[in-house]
Amino acid sequence: MIKKFDKKDEESGSGSNPFQHLEKSAVLQEARIFNETPINPRRCLHILTKIIYLLNQGEHFGTTEATEAFFAMTRLFQSNDQTLRRMCYLTIKEMANISEDVIIVTSSLTKDMTGKEDVYRGPAIRALCRITDTTMLQAIERYMKQAIVDKVPSVSSSALVSSLHMVKMSFDVVKRWVNEAQEAASSDNIMVQYHALGLLYHLRKNDRLAVTKMLNKFTKSGLKSPFAYCMMIRIASKLLEETEGGHDSPLFDFIESCLRNKHEMVVYEAASAIVHMPNCTARELAPAVSVLQLFCSSPKAALRYAAVRTLNKVAMKHPSAVTACNLDLENLITDSNRSIATLAITTLLKTGSESSVDRLMKQISSFVSEISDEFKVVVVQAISALCQKYPRKHSVMMNFLSNMLRDDGGFEYKRAIVDCIISIIEENPESKETGLAHLCEFIEDCEHTVLATKILHLLGKEGPRTPTPSKYIRFIFNRVVLESEAVRAAAVSALAKFGAQNDDLLPSVLVLMKRCMMDSDDEVRDRATFYMNVLQQKQKALNAAYIFNGLSVSVPGLEKSLHQYTLEPSEKPFDMKTVPLATAPITEQKTEIAPVATSKLPEKLAPSRQDIYQEQLAAIPEFKGLGPLFKSSEPVQLTEAETEYVVRCIKHTFANHMIFQFDCTNTLNDQLLQRVLVQMEPSEAYEVLNYVPAPSLPYSQPSSCYSLVRLPEDDPTAVSCTFSCTMKYLVRDCDPNTGEPDDDGYDDEYVLEDLEVTVADHIQKVLKPNFGAAWDEIGDDNEKEETFALATVRTLDEAVNNIISFLGMQPCERSDKVPENKNSHVLFLAGILWDPPAVDNDSHAHLEPILWISALVSSPRLSTATACSVFALCHYFAVSSLFT
Amino acid sequence: MDTLILEPSLYTVKAVLIMDNDGERLYAKYYDDTYPTVKEQKAFEKNIFNKTHRTDSEIALLEGLTVVYKSNIDLYFYVIGSSHENELMLMSVLNCLFDSLSQMLRKNVEKRALLENMEGLFLAIDEIVDGGLEEQQLSKIEIFCNIINVFIINFDQFKASLLNKSINLYNFYNNIIF
Repeated sequence: MIKKFDKKDEESGSGSNPFQHLEKSAVLQEARIFNETPINPRRCLHILTKIIYLLNQGEHFGTTEATEAFFAMTRLFQSNDQTLRRMCYLTIKEMANISEDVIIVTSSLTKDMTGKEDVYRGPAIRALCRITDTTMLQAIERYMKQAIVDKVPSVSSSALVSSLHMVKMSFDVVKRWVNEAQEAASSDNIMVQYHALGLLYHLRKNDRLAVTKMLNKFTKSGLKSPFAYCMMIRIASKLLEETEGGHDSPLFDFIESCLRNKHEMVVYEAASAIVHMPNCTARELAPAVSVLQLFCSSPKAALRYAAVRTLNKVAMKHPSAVTACNLDLENLITDSNRSIATLAITTLLKTGSESSVDRLMKQISSFVSEISDEFKVVVVQAISALCQKYPRKHSVMMNFLSNMLRDDGGFEYKRAIVDCIISIIEENPESKETGLAHLCEFIEDCEHTVLATKILHLLGKEGPRTPTPSKYIRFIFNRVVLESEAVRAAAVSALAKFGAQNDDLLPSVLVLMKRCMMDSDDEVRDRATFYMNVLQQKQKALNAAYIFNGLSVSVPGLEKSLHQYTLEPSEKPFDMKTVPLATAPITEQKTEIAPVATSKLPEKLAPSRQDIYQEQLAAIPEFKGLGPLFKSSEPVQLTEAETEYVVRCIKHTFANHMIFQFDCTNTLNDQLLQRVLVQMEPSEAYEVLNYVPAPSLPYSQPSSCYSLVRLPEDDPTAVSCTFSCTMKYLVRDCDPNTGEPDDDGYDDEYVLEDLEVTVADHIQKVLKPNFGAAWDEIGDDNEKEETFALATVRTLDEAVNNIISFLGMQPCERSDKVPENKNSHVLFLAGILWDPPAVDNDSHAHLEPILWISALVSSPRLSTATACSVFALCHYFAVSSLFT
Repeated sequence: MDTLILEPSLYTVKAVLIMDNDGERLYAKYYDDTYPTVKEQKAFEKNIFNKTHRTDSEIALLEGLTVVYKSNIDLYFYVIGSSHENELMLMSVLNCLFDSLSQMLRKNVEKRALLENMEGLFLAIDEIVDGGLEEQQLSKIEIFCNIINVFIINFDQFKASLLNKSINLYNFYNNIIF
């Protein structure tokens, strides 16, 4: 023994890995001894181990060499050595994807799986299923069925697990084994039970009725396996979600009863399922929270972690439900597992009071450097939420965040901090200067281009409006000298904004701009030249149009239009107006960023909702030649939620037409509807041109039908109209179970609620980051002033919200938020009205119907106000009398 | 709050890793495509090892995945699953792996002993996890944790065969050398 170790030590240094210096070619060379007779089991075993070890280290095997080794290995089936045989099974599984003709071992494996040696049977089944394809599966079907109901648990388990793997490949064949799986589910062995349940669910998951039945059966008879219970809880909560069943359903009772199971795993799964349910009330949460509270003091780290992580989730929605656990969470702050400590603190931050914030922040900073980036992001998110809750604490937070910004950390972490600082700046004007100063310091040494450009953009937007804009210029110009192309270009844009806004800085900015015009990069040079020329004109309108407020078209739409333009060469220049407008202006996504998981995917510019509609509508031949889609409205419900047919309508506005898209859902499982269309009776001079019916509407599969309507040509002010709608269709009764319809049907109709077209449908939101500049750009000639009384509105908030939703315009400069205790408020709205019929293409007066409204909303006396009045100043082109 | 409800599935385990005290991979098996290339896998392993080898805290969240781990002398065992997975299930897999190895190596769970019994390790993991499904509970779990007493493949018979093999191997080496 000692001698052997000595020998190894000489070869590869003491205590090191005997497999370390394996050469693939040498090992494959050695594999030749597989062909010797008699077989030497010990040496062969060692070589197989080496091969698997190499595969495991990620060594690449070519098809030829793998096939050669595989064929040599098949000879080893002649040996009766148990370990060697089982290593052969393992090699087959490992090589199934890299070697050719692996199916030649089928007969050997089939022999082993039906043989007498129980040790061989399970692994043989698993190996066999790895090399089997759909056609071969038929041949072994009989053996598989027998194996599933075999009384040896390992064989039965192996067969069930392998069947589950094969469901993906050939669902139809495996579906025939459902009776055997059913039998296995009542096995005494808990693992067999678990695997059988898993297989049964996967075979039936498309049939909700069967799943419910199965669940009922097992909840009554009871199972032994805690794993199977966890599985049942997941199935039950999925069913609850799909059926939107109330929390008084037996499924919910089942999950709740699992809270009293004797296995911690099941209790935790049940608690977590309840916590994750949407619309859970505090009363329903209480029992789940109290078991999680118990887990918090468990000696097992995994259990504490699981509990506090779930409590953290509860705290996001129902902070009050978790306050009962505050004491237990306080104890976890000093936990040796930093993940647990972080989760505990962030939970406390959500549930605790304002007074405890300082103390908790101090505790976090003591160990923030020891935790992983994921948890740092969690901490930052908790702080961000806290800032919104307690705005007065922003100076403490800002200090803390700036310290975190200086520490090491990955991109996600830094981005979370930067986002958090930006949102604080936006919420609290008084923290703007400190926040910008921290960010300036950060970009001095920032390796992330995305963050640097984002911050430069923010500096360009906010910097010029601070009391001392000049101090930011130094930071920005440093970027031009030191950074990569993208950052330099962003810095140039930011500089231009300072020049445009601050006249006294303009000469210096022009000097710097000149320097940028000699940059080595094309984009930077182009931008500098462009801005230089715009700035030298010293015209407010130009500045507003080209420096402050960029393009407001949708980027995927622009790409598509340009592509189309290059495909069809024409004399005419490209018309920006054919590009659909951006629907969702670049607003900060306030919804929480999923902590992780998504971080690996590169961020892709997803086409907006409107781009998707544009594509769908363009595919319908009846709707050719309507021009670009101007606006799609939010869906309007035309039925109650719980009726036989559920219909909602989306209004698509085009230059001279509107398309109404009716998304219909049939909730009756004994009916098949055909030729479904919605007949519309307009109240005004609107003309219904065309109906596109939905050919068939089976149970619970939504389908759309469309109506095309022409807007009245002679009266461009007739913007609003009411349509009475009736759904017409052919009904065919059908068997609820099979979905087989009867041969003949009858016509029927169903009255829907009236559909209104309003001003908002004709106005597209655009975001103007600098409203003042956009306002000045249009000039006083187009100004119109009127005063309106809003008789039914009582508060400023209500008035502002009503105006926004009535006009469907985009509030700018965060003016939609009314400060407290004011009795007047100025609201800035921006929007573009639908294209008027192009009167004369050659004339230069091809005006865009832009509309800026700055509304002064005031209420006479705040508390007892009976009416609000709106004093609206409109700047607009081409269209009048919107306010009617 | 993510309202994501787990798709009921038996695919629990994303990966099983065993590393030595330098963070070198001794065993690694990935059951899905979270890390498709060897390069990404190694980077992930390096990250895991750096974050965990100094602390003895059993569980962590890394790169969006739940990692449960355990170390013994110069070996580090990891079981990795989705962050939505039941942490206790992953823990039971890890315990099962560790306990079965500890039986196989006669409580002598360290690198050298493990390397001498690589084939045992391969077979054991193959029995515990099959393609990401928890397969079987290999060891005397009822002693170590109160979860279950699943013995696989006629556990005794299998254990005997494994143990006999390793004992035989030891004897065999002794025989040739002496």
